[in-house]
Amino acid sequence: MIKVEHLSKSFADTKAVNNISFEVAEGQNLILLGTSGCGKTTTLKMINRLIEPDHGSVFIDGKNIIEQQPEILRRGIGYVLQNNGLFPHYTVAENIAVVARLLKWEEKQIQHRVSELLEKLHLDKKYLTAYPNELSGGQQQRVGLARALVTDPAVLLMDEPFGALDNITRSKIQAEFKALDELKRKTIIMVTHDVQEAFELGDRICLMDKGKIVQNGTPAELLFKPANNFVKDFLKEQRLQLEFKAIKVKDIISPPPSADGGTFELNGDILPGDASLWYMLERLKFSKAESISVRNAHHKEVGKLDFEDLMSAFYQYKKQQAHE
Amino acid sequence: MNEQQQTLWQFMAQQSDKLLTQTLQHIGLTFISLIIAVLIGLPLGIFIARRKTFSGPVLGVAGVLQTIPSIALLGFMIPLLGIGPKPAIVALLLYALLPIIRNTYTGITGVDSSVKEAAVAMGMNKWQLLFKVELPLAMPVILAGIRTATVINVGVATLASYIAAGGLGEFIFGGISLNNTNMILAGAIPAAMLAILFDFALSLLQRLNLKKLKVAAKVLPVVVVLMACFYFIPSAYGSKLTAGFTPEFMGRQDGNLGLRSKYGLNIHTIVISDAVMYKAAFEKELDVISGYSTDGRLKAYDLVVLDDDKKIFPPYYAAPIVREDALQRFPQLEPTLNLLAGKINDSVMTDLNYRTDYLHQSPERVAKDFLVAHHLLKPARGGNAGIVRIGSKIFGEQYILASMYSMLIKGYTDYDVATKTGLGGTKICFDAMTNNQIDLYPEYTGTGLLAILQPSQQQIDAVTGDKEKTYNYVKDEFEKRYRIKWLQPIGFNNAYALMMRRKQAAQLGVKTISNLKQYLETK
Repeated sequence: MIKVEHLSKSFADTKAVNNISFEVAEGQNLILLGTSGCGKTTTLKMINRLIEPDHGSVFIDGKNIIEQQPEILRRGIGYVLQNNGLFPHYTVAENIAVVARLLKWEEKQIQHRVSELLEKLHLDKKYLTAYPNELSGGQQQRVGLARALVTDPAVLLMDEPFGALDNITRSKIQAEFKALDELKRKTIIMVTHDVQEAFELGDRICLMDKGKIVQNGTPAELLFKPANNFVKDFLKEQRLQLEFKAIKVKDIISPPPSADGGTFELNGDILPGDASLWYMLERLKFSKAESISVRNAHHKEVGKLDFEDLMSAFYQYKKQQAHE
Repeated sequence: MNEQQQTLWQFMAQQSDKLLTQTLQHIGLTFISLIIAVLIGLPLGIFIARRKTFSGPVLGVAGVLQTIPSIALLGFMIPLLGIGPKPAIVALLLYALLPIIRNTYTGITGVDSSVKEAAVAMGMNKWQLLFKVELPLAMPVILAGIRTATVINVGVATLASYIAAGGLGEFIFGGISLNNTNMILAGAIPAAMLAILFDFALSLLQRLNLKKLKVAAKVLPVVVVLMACFYFIPSAYGSKLTAGFTPEFMGRQDGNLGLRSKYGLNIHTIVISDAVMYKAAFEKELDVISGYSTDGRLKAYDLVVLDDDKKIFPPYYAAPIVREDALQRFPQLEPTLNLLAGKINDSVMTDLNYRTDYLHQSPERVAKDFLVAHHLLKPARGGNAGIVRIGSKIFGEQYILASMYSMLIKGYTDYDVATKTGLGGTKICFDAMTNNQIDLYPEYTGTGLLAILQPSQQQIDAVTGDKEKTYNYVKDEFEKRYRIKWLQPIGFNNAYALMMRRKQAAQLGVKTISNLKQYLETK
């Protein structure tokens, strides 16, 4: 879906981005992870031409973006900023509708779409006529997300979208973000410096340092097959939590829920089939139920898991990794 | 009724039509220049916000324009644009430029960069970015600039009357020349109120919330344009010839008022400062002007004086007037000042004025040459028996006289001299005298009578027919009222006079003011 080839960008004498290449498959969520100054934001901004690269090219859907007019390109790509970048002189409704208006949608369609998004992002309708400064930080960030989603673009770029939020609000919005079905179909590139966030939200993580990609892989690959000591060191803190987050329950239990739409069920709640171990343990810990039931695609119970089963499966998996 | 006893309110009621005209002109001038300043300043501000390398030079030039004294700026305009509204509007708009450019620049560069980035990332092109994001967000700052410019313009527009562009300055400067406080206030109070009113209205606009600002942004230009149109309303009159009269002449019984009542002269009149009046007549922008009969420019520009056949202009014999306490303190002063008595007649004075006004010789040099030629100059003694303070009004003749007195005092007495020349008008000069800021200045009998004493019309009629009577009357009255002494007249009579270009006067066969009236009435 998105293909980046040999991209480079220098500012004055420093090479902000140094000959990097990667690909993001359709529907995948790639995290550009790294400390500040590693070139991750510059890379992101070259994808919608907020920054023009010195060398290299970017293809979206097979089309070289340099052949498109920048404004037209950008209208087709959702963009979420760290400080939300909402227009202070526009109401919430006007903010969300910006791109739709630029694309000259019909007014009725815009109205419909705006209220739909508001509902999906759990924002009260009364905020439609409010101005951004009347909203809390979390609400502003939701509006920023809604603005990026209004025309349902296939590609979404996010520059530290949750970076300015406090911890509690952040984890709440991250959870909502994961649950939002609109996002599941989208190809997303997200920039963050927060390792936990990267492991929470990323299908793949691209760890960057000094303008180069150090390792590009799934969270589990980064944890268990680090390319070098830099990767290992980077993931040192709260490693156990990272491992829990990186491991998907379906990968470590037998029998797994069937690959074509199997789920888990806890206390009547359906839990997603690709839920992480961390998520599952957390749900189980704070639930009255003793065990999670494993369902196949036809919603038939094929097994049961309690806390101990999960933990022992984890140790089994770790042992296996160490032997490989 | 005596003018001095009139209250301000009565004056304003009596002059209400003029007051209205001037106020409308004032508003019009302010807003025409404001519109043009916005039309120039706003795009310029936007441009330098985009191309920051130009911001230094552009703001620098606008800043320099701002520091030019307004009178000087108006003066620069005359050779380029003549007189009337054009140079006034250009000068005003130059003053309004800086705050508008600067605030547009500051406003736009001050827009939060993440908001701008968001706008670009959403797919706005640079015009959409400008009109949808940058300008609306910079609007409060830009409005603050426009507000500053408006208030500046209301103030500076008072000076427009110097170059015949009308406005409330006509009353203000007329009042200063005529020693008429009511007239000054009748111009100054409305001008101040206009400034306060516009400032307040624009401050309301600035505080409007964003939603209402959108509506206001549409209504405001309409209002401003309407205000600008005020300027053109009063100018719907015409006549064959155009007269340019000084603000002082406009309000005097021995000026325009007398021309109307005694001669029945009805001529299209604009108000203009005497600094530019002669030149404007020479350049055919004006046909008739109210000059002084000894002015050097009369000779320089080949103008002729129309005969005052009905004797409305009283004699204006010049003489030094001195505070009595100064005469007592400086016993040698009176005989020294009287050395000039009877020495300068009309044609000599005109010639001396010609040398300063047209040949641009310094008043000191002209004074010295004259004293040398008449064997009056003595080398300065460098005495220090006290300092005599000499004042003068702000025109060449007074400078020359002040220089002569200064040289005489230094040469014939042991006193030193401090000169305070260029005092703005009769009122300022005379107030400086009564407040003991100066000891003496040259004054004219007619001015003393009409501008300072302001007696009843009967009294005026009784004394103006004869130069001795006028002199004796003002001498007695000044002594009684102000303890100021009129010394012996210098000799020349610098009376008011109507003047025309010699050639045009000959063509039209106009020799007297009555001729002029007849010419204007024939169709």
